[in-house]
Amino acid sequence: MFIQKHLLGIENLSVYEIEAILQLAEKFASQNSFPKSTALILRGMTQINLFFESSTRTQASFEIAGKRLGADVINFAVNTSSANKGETLLDMASTLNAMLPNLLVIRHPHSGAVQLLSEKVNCAVINAGDGNHEHPTQALLDILTIKNRIGKISGLNIAICGDITHSRVARSNIILHKKLGNLVRLIGPKTLIPNGVEKFGVEITNNLKDGLQDIDVIMVLRLQKERMDGAFIASEREYFHQFGLDETKMNYAKPQAIIMHPGPMNRGIEIDGILADNINRSVITKQVEMGVAVRMAILDLLSRPSEERSSL
Amino acid sequence: MTTPITFINAYIIDPEKNSENIGSLSVEDGIITNLGGSTKGLVIDCEKKCLAPGIIDIGVNICEPGERHKESISSAGRAASAGGVTTMVTLPNTKPIIDSPELLQFFIRRGKEATNVRVLPTAALTKNLEGKMLTEIGFLTDSGAVAFTESNRTVEDTKTFLRALTYAGSHDGLYLGHCQEKFLTKGSVATASPFSTKLGLPAVSALAEKIGLERELSLSEMADVRYHASQITTGESVNIIKKIKEVNKKITAGTSIHHLTLNESNIGNYRTFFKLDPPLREEQDREKLIEGLIEGHIDTVSSYHSPQDEESKRLPFQIAASGAVGLQTLLPAALKLVEDKHLSLSKLFKVISLNPAKLFRQKTGRISVGSPADLIIFDPETSFILDRFKLLSKSKNTPYDGTLMKGKVLRTFVAGEQIFPRDS
Repeated sequence: MFIQKHLLGIENLSVYEIEAILQLAEKFASQNSFPKSTALILRGMTQINLFFESSTRTQASFEIAGKRLGADVINFAVNTSSANKGETLLDMASTLNAMLPNLLVIRHPHSGAVQLLSEKVNCAVINAGDGNHEHPTQALLDILTIKNRIGKISGLNIAICGDITHSRVARSNIILHKKLGNLVRLIGPKTLIPNGVEKFGVEITNNLKDGLQDIDVIMVLRLQKERMDGAFIASEREYFHQFGLDETKMNYAKPQAIIMHPGPMNRGIEIDGILADNINRSVITKQVEMGVAVRMAILDLLSRPSEERSSL
Repeated sequence: MTTPITFINAYIIDPEKNSENIGSLSVEDGIITNLGGSTKGLVIDCEKKCLAPGIIDIGVNICEPGERHKESISSAGRAASAGGVTTMVTLPNTKPIIDSPELLQFFIRRGKEATNVRVLPTAALTKNLEGKMLTEIGFLTDSGAVAFTESNRTVEDTKTFLRALTYAGSHDGLYLGHCQEKFLTKGSVATASPFSTKLGLPAVSALAEKIGLERELSLSEMADVRYHASQITTGESVNIIKKIKEVNKKITAGTSIHHLTLNESNIGNYRTFFKLDPPLREEQDREKLIEGLIEGHIDTVSSYHSPQDEESKRLPFQIAASGAVGLQTLLPAALKLVEDKHLSLSKLFKVISLNPAKLFRQKTGRISVGSPADLIIFDPETSFILDRFKLLSKSKNTPYDGTLMKGKVLRTFVAGEQIFPRDS
């Protein structure tokens, strides 16, 4: 049964629903080289991408996903730096709702804001990232990439390295991999590990060498400089020395371990440029490709009538 | 002269004697004149319902002057009287801020015009709550300020703070402290815990309250001023207060009814009515607060009534306003503590009536001959589901909306005069 009306977070998904999304996404991934075959699925439907936070990659990915399915896609970029940012939020929701869209893709700088908006509209809402809370499509495209590359989604050892505190990607991935029964190890300086995260059933280490032991997948996070309201690390060069991933440090992980990064990368800060381009190790461009497929699957599933969804 | 009243057949709750008995009580000229004596004047049969001293609620944000769309003295008074609150101790963080004797006198005059509930104002410790220049503590005291406070902030400059507290101390003043360390607290909207990490909310560690409290206590001891930690919310704070009270009799502490009855998990899916300052804490802190209350380390329980309009709350959690209204729900929420056998009724009225009266040196809050007849009759057994739109405050931001509560105020009297309900 696929019971979700919205995709607000990995938290709400059952393992069955995750598998249903991946199965459909795999189908779209194989069809993506022949886009004509999918072009009728969302024909006549309206998809609005409502981004309260600037984004190039995610927004483009959702736009392409929608268009490849034949939806009419409209992009709304809202400047949240204006003084009355909050006031316009629910007004905007009701305005857009009155235009009767079928799918609403929302990114917002505040945790929980997408959930709040979803309560005020009638269409399906997809969380494209809310504050430090969740970024479910990123976690789903990550697991699809893992499945594509390693051939399985459970029984894996996953390391997430970097700024966990300010990362919605980390939260969604932690929740996803715990649901799938994978080992999750967080690696980062103590200042970037959030409070009480050990209660999520993850291992935590401040040492990259220890952290990479027996690891199958290394997820490197972007050092979110724009999110920091103070100094969390001493310098970029010290960070790279301790936590930046390069060829030498990769040797601590399993020989076949793969590297992922949600992008955009800071080459030379969290990841060495040469390593990022190493096609035997890095699956970063594959992630982008899988992103379109996963988003197509979600747009397709959530646009279906509830009876059809629940009979899945 | 008002007609004498005799309350008969009342279940009298006396927090001073720590007793609860069926009896009668007479009132004349606004003063309790007799306990268990002959009936005189108007007879009110309480039908064995509770008769207790009216509640003295500390830290009421009244929003007048300045933000009367959120609350006015008159609307707060209506909510208070319906909630059994006979005295509101108000905060100075209005617009403009109450930091001069002239403004204070204006506020007191408005209070008398607008409501029959007693209004005891506090005044700012520093001008405009900026933490720089002292207010005229002497004049303000003479004009009727019962305490000084920086409302929901602290004086950042420690030297200025010490000097201000010392000056207040030399006037035998009382300071109400908001003991949250400023820099750790900055930007936070929840308590640091696995829960807030899951929600991805910027959080503050309980450490901020520890550091804040210890700082204010150290300064208050040095300044030799009467200090009331107006809202402690963590288990650690209870320990600190317990220890210092053994040696310093000028120090007292209070907590909010919300922190005693709710915890962070009530926030659920970013429900902004549960966004408070200090934030709701973890369950173990709530348990420690109840323990501190039972053992007498916490002297007062209040609602810290903070009206917020719908627009300020219908926002993403991070940018929504903090605070909850509480004048009308303090008693039913507190009666839950009695129902759960944490407190007796007389012990409850000690922390919501008697101790606040003592703190502000008022004669109210007691059931004794010669005390002002600020009294409430209530039925602790009447249950209801709270509908926030039925609250009498202009703002409806209560965390108890939809909650099954017990305890209904039947009548409220101030100085022997019935102020609730108004028509009978």
